Amino acid sequence: MALLLFFILASLSAGGVVGMIVSRDRAYSVLFLVLAFAALGGVFGLLDAPFVAAIQVLIYAGAIMILFVFVIMMVNRRNDRGSEKKKSVGVFAAILAMTLFAELLLAVRGILPGMGNGGPVGGAETAGLGSLLFEKYLYPLEITSILIIAALTGAISMAGKKGPK
Amino acid sequence: MIPAAFFLALSIVLFALGVAAFFIKRDLITMFMAVEVMLSAANLAFLTFAKSTASLDGQVIVFFVITVAAAESAVGLAIILLVFKRKKSIQSDDLNVMKG
Repeated sequence: MALLLFFILASLSAGGVVGMIVSRDRAYSVLFLVLAFAALGGVFGLLDAPFVAAIQVLIYAGAIMILFVFVIMMVNRRNDRGSEKKKSVGVFAAILAMTLFAELLLAVRGILPGMGNGGPVGGAETAGLGSLLFEKYLYPLEITSILIIAALTGAISMAGKKGPK
Repeated sequence: MIPAAFFLALSIVLFALGVAAFFIKRDLITMFMAVEVMLSAANLAFLTFAKSTASLDGQVIVFFVITVAAAESAVGLAIILLVFKRKKSIQSDDLNVMKG
């Protein structure tokens, strides 16, 4: 049952990314990516990580992708779609991706035998995650909050600038 | 019980697809989305290893990665908007000021 669910979700997420690549319109690309990220959230749920799954759906498929949709609405014009790169670039990209895929597979195959399947992490996973975040990883958490404040301030001040006249 | 190899395989597939998308697509927004795909693939690998070692630290790292991705996309999209204001285009081929 879980295996079937995994295959459905995995094919949805991989298919979503493929759809993002082949679709010509940016708006369709971003919707395909929302599908892929939502399915990936389901995969995270299968990995005993319910909190991260919720974060993935809320932050990635929700907030970040909505940001992309807004920017696409601001910059989309009817006449600048299509006209993909020359075919050779696509072929080179495919070769590069296949090579990387093979390399990663080889690298992973070496470590797989030593990997157990692990047990369940414990009943109160989200509670454990919270205490880990606010005890062991307190300083990284605070630094991340400073980073995100700085990024948002920078983004606002950059986007609000007047263009060259 | 789903073997960890399946999750790692999905992660590798997603990462390779992200790399391919980054080089195939030519407008900046879709290239940026490809980077997000690669980040998500890395998150999936982190979660797989976290489960297989039965520790929660991997999930914490994923939390940080998602936060940094949010910050990165805010700044990146602001930069894309600036480029669009200046060039009236977001095709990467049109950004050839430094081309020799």
